[in-house]
Order: sequence, then C-alpha cells, then structure tokens
Amino acid sequence: MIVGTKIPRKEGLQKVTGAARYVDDIVFPDMLHGVTVRSTAPRGKIKAIHFAPSIRWNEFTVITAKDIPGKNYVALITYDQPFLADTVINHPEEPVVLLAHHDKHVLEEARRAVTIEVEALPPVLTIEESLAKTQIVWGQDNSPHENIFKEYTVVKGDVAAAFARQDVSLFEAEYATGAQEQLYIENNGMIATYSAQDGVTVWGSMQCPYYVHKGLLPLFALGDDKVRVIQTETGGGFGGKEEYPTLLAGHAALLAMKAGKPVKMIYDRQEDMAATTKRHPSKTRVKSAVTKDGDLVGLDIDFVIDGGAYNTLSPVVLSRGTIHSAGPYHTPNVRVHSRAVATNSPPHGAFRGFGAPQSIFALERHLDEVARKMALDPVALRKRNFIRQGETTATSQTIREPVDLAAVLDKALAAADYDAKKKRFLAMNPSSVVKRGIGFATFMHGAGFTGSGEKTLASVVGVEALANGHVRVLAASTEIGQGTNTVFAQIVSDTLALPYDMIDVAQPDTRDVPNSGPTVASRTCMVVGKLVQSAAIGLEQTLVNAGDYKHGAGADAFAAACAKYIAKHGSLKCYSQYQQPANVEWDDKKYQGDAYATYAWAAYVAEVSVDMATYEIRCDDFVAAQEIGRVVHPVLAEGQIEGGVAQGIGYAIYEKVVWKEGRMANGQMTNYIMPTSADAPPIRVLFDEQPSPHGPFGAKGIGELPMDGPAPAILNAIAMALDVSPRAIPFLPEDLMALVKK
Amino acid sequence: MIDVKCRLNGKEHTLRGHSMARLLDVIREEAKLTGTKEGCGEGECGACSVLIDGVLVDSCLVPLAQVQGAEITTIEGVAHSKHQKLQQAFIEHGGAQCGICTPGMIIASAALIDRCQGRVPNTAEVREALAGNLCRCTGYMKIIDAVQAAAKP
Repeated sequence: MIVGTKIPRKEGLQKVTGAARYVDDIVFPDMLHGVTVRSTAPRGKIKAIHFAPSIRWNEFTVITAKDIPGKNYVALITYDQPFLADTVINHPEEPVVLLAHHDKHVLEEARRAVTIEVEALPPVLTIEESLAKTQIVWGQDNSPHENIFKEYTVVKGDVAAAFARQDVSLFEAEYATGAQEQLYIENNGMIATYSAQDGVTVWGSMQCPYYVHKGLLPLFALGDDKVRVIQTETGGGFGGKEEYPTLLAGHAALLAMKAGKPVKMIYDRQEDMAATTKRHPSKTRVKSAVTKDGDLVGLDIDFVIDGGAYNTLSPVVLSRGTIHSAGPYHTPNVRVHSRAVATNSPPHGAFRGFGAPQSIFALERHLDEVARKMALDPVALRKRNFIRQGETTATSQTIREPVDLAAVLDKALAAADYDAKKKRFLAMNPSSVVKRGIGFATFMHGAGFTGSGEKTLASVVGVEALANGHVRVLAASTEIGQGTNTVFAQIVSDTLALPYDMIDVAQPDTRDVPNSGPTVASRTCMVVGKLVQSAAIGLEQTLVNAGDYKHGAGADAFAAACAKYIAKHGSLKCYSQYQQPANVEWDDKKYQGDAYATYAWAAYVAEVSVDMATYEIRCDDFVAAQEIGRVVHPVLAEGQIEGGVAQGIGYAIYEKVVWKEGRMANGQMTNYIMPTSADAPPIRVLFDEQPSPHGPFGAKGIGELPMDGPAPAILNAIAMALDVSPRAIPFLPEDLMALVKK
Repeated sequence: MIDVKCRLNGKEHTLRGHSMARLLDVIREEAKLTGTKEGCGEGECGACSVLIDGVLVDSCLVPLAQVQGAEITTIEGVAHSKHQKLQQAFIEHGGAQCGICTPGMIIASAALIDRCQGRVPNTAEVREALAGNLCRCTGYMKIIDAVQAAAKP
C-alpha cells in the first residue's frame, strides 16, 4: 500500500531545484507586458478618461470597456461584476483601462499618465452602513433586499420556546472578525495569446481552470473549443486564486487580442493585496439559552458578512458560515439568520474555511464566556453538548458515521498538558508581568460542496493508460501545494496495484482534461479522489473484460495488456462522473438536510503569553487533534494542518487589513504582518482515523479544517490569561491595550 | 547600461543591464535563471534570496552595479554543491508545498548550515535564521525538520 505512507511528492524535485515553471517564469517571443489602471474613488460615475500627452500612446495597446467583443461581466453566480468599469465605479480598485507595451518600465510611466475622472458618490464602507441602507449600492429595487446579496434562515426546533424556559440562563454578545489576505507568496499572474484560428489561450496561476474557461466564453463570445485554459505551477492559493484569476485572464486576453501578440500580466505585491479578494469581514450576534447543568438548549445566531462591491461567491461563503455557525453540538433549538451585504470595497472572496472560521470564532468564544459566567468547566460544557452518532446538526442532518469528539478533545488536552498548565498559569499570573493562558476550541468542517453543490457540479475525472503501462490522471483539479498530484497518484497506484512511478497526473489544460470541478471546499482528495479511484477501476475492468489482464498481475502484465488494447483500439481511457450517494439529501429551499456528505472533527489547544509591559501577544505552543478519516499521506496531511494553523494564528493575532475609503491602506508585506518562523509556535498534529465511505480508502477532506480552530482557541487562551472577554479579531497589541485600559 | 563581471554559480559571467537594475531581474531575465522568485519586491519575503560572497541577501534590493566581481549563488547552483543534501531533505520531510518560497528557503538554509560548520543548529537557531523567508503553506515545522536533517554530518 502506498496510501498511508510518506512517498515523496510528485513534483518535489522540480520545486527544490528551482526548475518548476510558474507563470512569471514563462516567456513567449515578442511578448508584451500588461498593466491595469484602476479607479481611485470607492463609488461614483466615470466622467472622462484622460491620457496625458507626454506619452506616445500609439506605441501602446489600450483597452477600455468599449473594446470588449462580448459581454462585459464575469460569469459566476450572477453577472454583476464587469471585467472593466464602463460608467459606474463601485469600489476603489475597479479596473478601468488596460495597457500593454513591450517595456515594463515605459508601461509603468504610462499607467501613471492615465487619469480617471470620477464624479464621486457617497460610499457605503461598513456592514453597519450597508444594513442601515445609508446608500443603496447594490440591487436597487425598493425591496427589503437592497444592499443584500443573499439571506438565509435555518430553523431547527423552537428557539422562542427554549429562550422562554424558566430553567435557563440567557447570554448574548456580538463578535467580529476582520478581513484577511490570502498572501500566497506567488502573486496572481496570467499570459494570454489570441489567434483567429485557435481563439484565446491563457496560462496562469489558478485553482479552477474551468471557472476561467466559463468566464472567458461570454467575454469573447467564443465557443467552448476556442477558449483554452492551462494552469501553470501555482505558488499557493488558499481560495485567493479561486474566482479572481478569471478577471485577470480576461484582461490579459483582451490585450492579447487587440495587440495580436502574447501579453503577460503579473501583479506586484501591492496590487495583489489591494485589488484581489480577501476573507469576508463578519459580525455575529450569538444568543444562547443554557440550563444550570450546562445543556445548550437554544441558539439564536445572527451572522452578517461584508461581501464588498459585487456578489461573486458571497452567497456560497455565507452558506458555509451559516451551516457551521451552530458548531458540533446537538442543540435541539437553533435559529440562524444570515446575510451577505454590499459595500464599496473590492469584492471579498474565497479564503480557506470559506465563512466557517468567522462564525466558528463567534460560537467558540461565546461558549467560553458562557462557561466563565456560569462557573462551569469549558471542557465539561463542550462535552455535554457534543453531537454524537444518530443526533442532528442545525440543518437537521443526522450524523450517520461514528463520531467521538470528546475523545479527540481529551487527546488534544492531554498532549497540551492542559489541566496542569491551566492550574499553574492561574497561580502564577497575578505576580507576573507576562501572563500566560491556555485555551481551546472544538469544531467540525464539512467536506465537499455544500448541499446540492456536488450534484450540480457533476464532476468528471478521466484516467488514461499509455502503451508502456503508465497511467495518467486527467482532471482539472490543480496542484497548488496541497499535494493533488501525489495523492491522486497514490490512489491510482493502490487501486491498480501498480508502482507509484508508473502513475502521472496531467497538467490541467481544458483542452485535455475533463471538468473535475474547482479546487476548493476540501473536495479534491475526498470527492475528486473517489472519482479518480472509480475511473481507475473502470480502466482496469476494460483490460480484464478484454481477457488480457487480471488484477494484481503486475506492472509488466499491465503494460502488455495496455499495449495490446491500444494497438487494437487506438487509446485506453476511462471516465467517471460524480453520483450523489443515495442517502445524501438536501432541501435548498428550507436549508435543511445533509449539508455535507461527511465532516472532519477537531479540537485545537493554544498556549499564549501576553507581556503586560509591551502588550506583545505570542502563541507559544499549539496542539491540533482531528478525526479526518483515513490519512492518505501523513506528511502532506500534517503539512496541511500545520500550514492552516499558522494561517489561523495570523488571523487571530497578526494580520490586520487597515481600511481607508474602501481601500486596503497597508497593502505591503512590511505593514501587513503574517507569522514568520520566529513567530510561529511548535505545532503538534494528532490524527484519529475513522474511515468514511465517501472518500477513497476512507479519506475525508482536510484542507480548510485547520483554519477554523486557531483564532477561537488563542482568544480563549488570552481571555483565560487576563480574565477579559476579547470579542474581535485580529487582536493586536493596540487592541489589547484598548481593552485593558477601558 | 553597464557590464558587470561576476561569478554566477561557479562560472564567469558578464551581466548587462542598467546600473540600478534589480539583481533579481537581471538573474531572471538576462541570465535566464528563473529559480529565484519575486514575492514582495521590498525585502520582506525572502523568495528572491541569493548568496553574494556567501552572504544571504534579498536580490530584489541589490542593484546590479553592486555585484561587480562578486560570487553569486542561486538555487540553480545548489544542485551541484554540497547543499544538494538540503534539496533532498526538503523533499523527504515535506518542506516544499507550493514551492514558490522553496528556492529562497533553501538558499537561506544553506547559509545557516555554512555558518554552523558541521554542527546541527537547534530549533530556535533555525527559526531565527529563516525568519526573513516567509512561507504561507507549511507553518515552518517541516522546513525546520528538513534543515536539521540536512545539517547532520
């Protein structure tokens, strides 16, 4: 078995030698560079575009909205976001003009010589202003839905009755989370070419080739076969290369079409941070009803996220945040009301966790506050309310697979030495300038698309055998660092009982690979991996049916059978398409049912120290325990968890997006601080394995899970250390100072 | 435009460019060595790390005029050096995920291992030495494992 072992990463050698080719490493003959001129005001009307006479504009390719051959919208859930603003400005990074030239330095001068004259309109810059409808900035129709992209209500049981009970205590508080930049180290970039014969071809850094493909078809009014999208080696995504690359690909391709030459557009760090998507800021009001013994009998949650100027993926982000907001508890009465609202900042978008880190932060902080106020042990409070097999979630989904979150929590607490440390810190803190705390969070994360999402996607994967017996996986699922290539190869290797070295994964290229869906939602290993497995089984079956092969006959026999089959039939490919399991049911109207085929379950423990002389906050130790089904590759899986935890630590205590008139004011790595190796703590990762029938060899999704727990665990530790109730992240030294000086 | 004579990965080279051109761009565009990456362009992320006369620097902050007569090592030079072991360790221990910080990270690790002269650096030393190289994928644990494994004689 290769599954479960730490076989070397498929593309490891190219990455460690610098040979891996990222988009900026690719140069085409006679290639131009492209840049974007953006609006400066957050909201207004374009009155004129001025091109300064100091520049010889006839040397440049210049594109405005008027040059778009097809539709000027980015085709996603709705068609509200333009590729280029034509008359209306809805956020301060709105692209208006595109320029291309062969010399990057001349191009930069030209960019500064374009002025967009805007008649400013008053912007909406916060969730509160949007809800108060100080200005209507989206969906003007005199309905209650103005400024609201999406609204959900999830109801289970009778919340009003639970809150009216005589034997419960009621709690209420509001929690807030800030925007967060994905901060992949490779900025967004694309190269495009155009010819009348082949249409548009783009190469670039991306998570979802078929999203780009879908977006370019209407932009150019071209048929499916005249748009080709190829993923180059991608230097991190974390959701930040889910929807945005479509916009950039469109821009590069518009320039390439007009110039008749290849055009490369690579954002620098400042442009990438300011203009591309970030995690949605949120506000969550949690009301709870708790009996004196600690039974959580009612939860009433109001969850609001800031979607920015256009709808983009906000409805889906809101959906995941809504469903995860009631946590891994069997609370009988739950009401969740949620809204995604419009503001005049650049659209917020996909980021690892996808709405769940926001609402989970609120609930896990809230439960610690409830425990504190009721003088209950926060561990006992959680354990009393954990969902168990056969019980239901907020969407009334019955958990059918075995789950023992109490055991996961015990494991994490033991590894962190929680009880002893808590006792010691409480005893030492009063006499120490450096206060120490230990805290935890318990949570779940659904794997795959929400609700009927996987059914709608109906993903397809192919497997192709070559005459030498080598097998290639054909999928649009991208390798972005998480290990897609390796995991797919492991799955095929074990399914076909062939050596790992005989399995390759094709470069995602929409000309050659089927649409296996986007590389998002913790779905690649579990959902797509299962399709890889079934396609591999189908391929082998073809050889068996031909009478030339028997499972396990070995690499030589397999190669001989492939050679014979291909000589006779030309090629040997097998495809597999997603079928929703019979017992997975979801009601999109009532928002009830099986929100996810399965969940990963986790308990994270953080230890912090807070220097009351400098207000410096450090995370000193971290334990991440989780049940994730079968661990396909222990090193890759640990790497996913450790990386996600570090990102979560950044979310909690380092990474603050400073907003000024809807624009990120600190869009530089100098001013927006992510954890370095000197900041990050030792992270210990513990796995429980409860094989799930939904993934290959029992695997579940894990990519997003580690983003959910660190922020509440760390803030709970700070609350313990200082006996305070911090309710907003990021929580920086200045926030601590404001809190304790109040 | 100036011509700068230097040794690049052990070979004599003449690099041509504007005297204030970023060494990063000259390495990538003139010498066609694209293993050195740009992450931030302001000396924060370390993706463009190279060694100049054995000293770790961010090549986005070094003007071409400054490397006259210098010995420059990029990731492409590591494969043929004693630090090839580092590359193997990064693969084995999972130190490379998306790979974009990896060349810079390996260069910074090589500088540390050189400084340690055969001694295995402790975890705190590795963390300190790599603090100028940002990685968004790994949380640094597997990178530290890789560096310590490679430092063993």
